[in-house]
Amino acid sequence: MNDGVNGVALAVFTFFFLLVTVMGFMAARWRRAAEADNLDEWGLGGRSFGTWVTWFLLGGDLYTAYTFVAVPAAIYAGGAAGFFAVPYTILVYPLIFTFLPRLWSVSHRRGYVTTSDFVKGRFGSRGLSLAVALTGLLATMPYIALQLVGIQAVLSVMGIGGGESTHWFIKDLPLLIAFGVLAAYTYSSGLRAPALIAFVKDALIYLVIAVAIVYIPIELGGFDEIFSSAEERLSETGGSLVAGPEGQWAYATLALGSALALFMYPHSITATLSSRSREVIRRNTTILPMYSLMLGLLALLGFMGIAAGIEVDNGQLVVPQLFENMFPDWFAGVAFAAIGIGALVPAAIMSIAAANLFTRNIYRDFFRPDATPAQETKVSKITSLLVKVGALAFVLTLDKTTAINFQLLGGIWIVQTMPALVGGLFTRWFHRWALLGGWAVGMVYGTVAAYNVSSPTQEHFAGSNDTIPLIGEIGYIGLTAFVLNALVTVGLTLVLRALKAPDGKDETEPGDYTADAGDPQVREELPAPAGDR
Amino acid sequence: MSPPSSSGGGPTVTPNRVLIALCLVVPFVAMLWVGSYDSVEPTLIGVPFFYWYQMLWVPLSTALTAVAYVLLRREKAARKRQEEGEVQ
Repeated sequence: MNDGVNGVALAVFTFFFLLVTVMGFMAARWRRAAEADNLDEWGLGGRSFGTWVTWFLLGGDLYTAYTFVAVPAAIYAGGAAGFFAVPYTILVYPLIFTFLPRLWSVSHRRGYVTTSDFVKGRFGSRGLSLAVALTGLLATMPYIALQLVGIQAVLSVMGIGGGESTHWFIKDLPLLIAFGVLAAYTYSSGLRAPALIAFVKDALIYLVIAVAIVYIPIELGGFDEIFSSAEERLSETGGSLVAGPEGQWAYATLALGSALALFMYPHSITATLSSRSREVIRRNTTILPMYSLMLGLLALLGFMGIAAGIEVDNGQLVVPQLFENMFPDWFAGVAFAAIGIGALVPAAIMSIAAANLFTRNIYRDFFRPDATPAQETKVSKITSLLVKVGALAFVLTLDKTTAINFQLLGGIWIVQTMPALVGGLFTRWFHRWALLGGWAVGMVYGTVAAYNVSSPTQEHFAGSNDTIPLIGEIGYIGLTAFVLNALVTVGLTLVLRALKAPDGKDETEPGDYTADAGDPQVREELPAPAGDR
Repeated sequence: MSPPSSSGGGPTVTPNRVLIALCLVVPFVAMLWVGSYDSVEPTLIGVPFFYWYQMLWVPLSTALTAVAYVLLRREKAARKRQEEGEVQ
């Protein structure tokens, strides 16, 4: 597979990489506000993004390079079960439509930057806020690491960074360069860098998908041909073209659970809070599904990989290898650039989101309560570097499956913050200690259940599905843990209310949740940007 | 799921709000009811039903969310007019 370097593809890839690097550094000057030493500026792009920028930013954020590589890989390996990514990204938008405008409003009124900020303000509980912050950090770190896995897949198909015999430093050098550059412009430009680069990323991705979905089926003799040869191959490995009666619960619970997880991730929240108004968020939920359509088409590439007779040990190489085999060299370069840049955008946003969480909810709350905005920004910038170095160390030193296991756990974990966050957006009824108790139960159950999943090839963490207690069907562990979490929260709240346990102080007001840009008290730090609506 | 009315007056549950909630709930019913689309036939240009049906729901759910968005905006505008009317 790695028979020499594909020079043309590498040249095209390098060209696009240099282009986005320049853009990343220039982004610092894009729509800059007067007071730049403010976490709102660096970490939320001045909360000034309009419909289109938010669309690119959220799209660049939710549909990562890892998704592009992993979804077709799952289809390639098991058929229909991997397609759950499509219903999952369909369901996430009604959820965002319902919940996030309220979070936007209260965050603008009260100057919140993270979900933990909100939880602390709403429930007056530092413990609960810390739990939410730690969960967010834990869930985001492996996600960043997986973006690197996406870049690695592309690099190794291009013939660089492959080869077992090469010295480790030479082998990892391209990855180190890519990440060094990413770290540098995230540091200097903040959220503006990925927002600007996302334009290039999406233009490339849409172009590549449009070409791939027409060109490859023609080459392979049409969809009939593709699906019949895929069915043949899958029947040998135990996969199938449909979910099947035994697989339906798993399919549905994975779709729902992943949708709940996706919009709870710190990087989704960061991109949402950076928008200019409630309207921008709602309008976006009606245009973001464009990406889901693209994801569905991408998933079909997994079947094309089977039909094209691609044999890879590591399923994640299916799509890059398919591009390499089917496309002329120069266009394969464009396709690789699309995946590579597709990894840079979310990695930047995730590291910013993680840095914001650390700065606001650990550094400021527990170590320096009197930190100035300038100090907060400084700490956030440095943390964003550390987070990326950590992710890099993760990928280079540990087995790749470890990163994937952690990512799987991350999804299960992040859903456990939902009762506190979404519950808090609508009601003050839940007791802060009950929420903490429910969170702990959900985290422990989810972790233990995931640890116990085994397969013929893997003793632990072999998947994210397990038997649902009482129902007896196979379902997504994250959702089971969430239901358990919610039940414990409700039960404990009833007990604590009966015992008249002291309630925390709620600093928010009902009106905070419906405020929109232009209303009094909604922070007017936004310099009217030109040319964007 | 609709938030309590902040204007004080007026019923919390209006036909409009029921319609908005419905628009947002329908995709969940459609997508989570896997048994309703778990088959190969009928195929479309060679693509099994399972795949093209779910892809079809992308524009469908988008349209439903868009309807919810428009309804919500209209309701907000109407409430604002009403409040202004009361002031005068």
